[in-house]
Amino acid sequence: MHHVVLERWSQGASVMHRRDPRAKIAALMVFLVVLATAHRSLPAFGLALLLLLSAALIWARLPLFSALARAAIVLPFSLVFAAVCWLSGDPGRGFALLLKSYLSALAVLLVVATTPFPALLRGLEMSGAPRFLLMVAQFLYRYLFVISEEAQHMTKAAASRGATVRGFMAGARFRAAAGALAVLFARSYGRAEDIHRSMRARGFLGRFQPFTALRFRGGDAVFTLFASLAPVLLRAAVERGV
Amino acid sequence: MHIPDGFLSTPVWATMDVAAAPAVGYIVRRAQRGFDDSRVPLLGVMGAFVFAAQMINFPVGIGTTSHLVGGALLAYTLGPAAASVVMCAIIAIQALVFQDGGILAMGANLINMALVGVLAGYLPFYLWGGGRWRKLAIFAGGAFSLLASAVLALAELLVSGVPMPASVLGVSLALFMVSALLEGAITLAVIQALETIQPGFVRKPETGRSFALGAIGLAAVLLAAVGVLAASTAPDGIEKLGLQTGIASHVRSLVTTPLTGYQVAFFQAGWLRKASAGLAGLALIYGACLLIGRAVARKRSA
Amino acid sequence: MPPLIEVRGLRYCYEDGTRALNGVDFRLERGETVALFGANGSGKTTFVLHLNGLLAGEGSVQVCGLPVNRRNMPEIRRKIGLVFQDSESQLFMPTVLEDVAFGPLNSGMSREGAVARAHAALQTVGMSAAAAKAPYHLSAGEKKRVAIAGILAMDPEILVLDEPTTSLDPPGQGALAELLVRLPQPKILATHDVPFARALCDRAVFFQGGVIAAQGPVEDIVLRFGWELAPERSKLQR
Repeated sequence: MHHVVLERWSQGASVMHRRDPRAKIAALMVFLVVLATAHRSLPAFGLALLLLLSAALIWARLPLFSALARAAIVLPFSLVFAAVCWLSGDPGRGFALLLKSYLSALAVLLVVATTPFPALLRGLEMSGAPRFLLMVAQFLYRYLFVISEEAQHMTKAAASRGATVRGFMAGARFRAAAGALAVLFARSYGRAEDIHRSMRARGFLGRFQPFTALRFRGGDAVFTLFASLAPVLLRAAVERGV
Repeated sequence: MHIPDGFLSTPVWATMDVAAAPAVGYIVRRAQRGFDDSRVPLLGVMGAFVFAAQMINFPVGIGTTSHLVGGALLAYTLGPAAASVVMCAIIAIQALVFQDGGILAMGANLINMALVGVLAGYLPFYLWGGGRWRKLAIFAGGAFSLLASAVLALAELLVSGVPMPASVLGVSLALFMVSALLEGAITLAVIQALETIQPGFVRKPETGRSFALGAIGLAAVLLAAVGVLAASTAPDGIEKLGLQTGIASHVRSLVTTPLTGYQVAFFQAGWLRKASAGLAGLALIYGACLLIGRAVARKRSA
Repeated sequence: MPPLIEVRGLRYCYEDGTRALNGVDFRLERGETVALFGANGSGKTTFVLHLNGLLAGEGSVQVCGLPVNRRNMPEIRRKIGLVFQDSESQLFMPTVLEDVAFGPLNSGMSREGAVARAHAALQTVGMSAAAAKAPYHLSAGEKKRVAIAGILAMDPEILVLDEPTTSLDPPGQGALAELLVRLPQPKILATHDVPFARALCDRAVFFQGGVIAAQGPVEDIVLRFGWELAPERSKLQR
């Protein structure tokens, strides 16, 4: 599963992993904006950014080709639009779509693969995102796989009871799928009640106490500076016609 | 539809990010209902449910399947504010963990799916879900939630200059319609199954809502959506017409949007015209939803 | 010496009207380990949820001399360490360490103090190596031990475990028994697992129809209610 691999990657110990999440988030935003607003010399700029990200991936001791492949998840969607652009006589825009969507996804992957999810959320919280929303995301992530597994069991059970009948049985299968979803809903709701009960049993008084401690150090400032400058300088260089 | 980074033009994604920030802050405060975190586990777990639910395939004949998107279902069970927050969390995780949807584009995705989508889904239910038309209201809500978010996304892409020949546009809209009807059907089926298991799960809106208010509200949202779409495509249409009459013999029917050179020449005026028309339309939808939301909230507290 | 737990005349009805508890009297003395037996739906879990005030019925429940009410709740919930049947819903934080530190943090301890307590508790249950792991990746036995650590970190007076051997394989059950025997706190085990109860418990009570029908040594209760669960091949009719 994709996010299991991501979890494993994020537990690494490279210099990049040890950087404060806020430094990485800031650098990511600069990268994304510099990329999004670029319109000239895109092939050269794209290549430069690809090399930059690849270098960062290697520095972070992540498997380069695995990461490059995972970011390619955006490509099917972008390819459709790129094809439409090409057929509409604007191949430049199509190429830009492919390039920008892929490089953006790769940059996000780099940050998420070098930052454990709880630390990432804490970094977002300290950068101003609403705490309540981030806590919801934390719980969502915690139970994502648990409930997905329950859903998988249900679909397998249904399939083994002959739910692969096609055609005129579609109506009954439709209702059966709806029933399965309703059961999954009820179970999930019940699980949420169990969780809340278990929280109260351990003295929960209504507010989650902050746990992950983040300390923005000199090294993080240096990282933010260099990581933010890199795409800017590359773009300037490429557009001035190196 | 999750828009990746690189598709939207800078004015569009920037505007959507600026618009989304206070909107999300507002909806989070509403969903929190006070200063404590008691609802966090429920919203988080139901978000995980929606993710998992997207794995369950609904057969729709001729060997195809569809799956639930879930905004309307969440709104009918958890309430619209909580549903919006859950959708926000889902969109954030999809973008960060699965690289499905961009980061700069997240404002647009949040507005499309978590805010407008949920509100468009909840409105029919809120207005007519308490009476004889309950089933239709639920079906319509499911359909509208998907339709509204898809149409908005399409409009944003068009305003950004992503070319969409009439044929592609037509096919996209047709696909959206089909997906919307399916979402309506699946949402209704699941709500009915839920009511059999435990009626308490599904909210019961009051009966006797003003039909007129509802009709006007919905018409406003729909007109705005259609208006945005029309505004986004109209400039293209005008230019298409000009191009065809000018170089008719060289232009195949498929290649109808402006050529690169043509676009450079008209860059200033064309871009500005498209952008302002589109953005005005988006502002109209946003405003309509905000007003309707306020009216709903006022009625509720009255 | 007053009993650690004293329950008198406990009655409780669910929202739909079913009477779950119909006048339960129960005492837990110091140093005891008591088994709660009874069929599914006999009220064992409902009873257990009253001990730390998660449910509130009629009658009186006293823990260490304190009546279970809103005012005493934080103290009660520290004294009673309740381990739920489903560990997946009990370990709700992103990492093992954060989950075990949850209890101490809620009682107002500093972050450093809570982390220290958490590490100590994890050591007691033998799960120190898993501190940075996500609970999802642990086995059922490991999750149960972390859940117990989460309770131990609060320094409870009494441990209450609801069906602790659910989903544990035989080696897991053995490891859990070994752990529980080493913990000094008196314990209440609501369980279907008769061999487990035999190994750990001094006495048993039997829930039936919302009351405690009988209590006594584990073996006596098992014999009296025919509560032996292992079917014997020779005795099965074909």
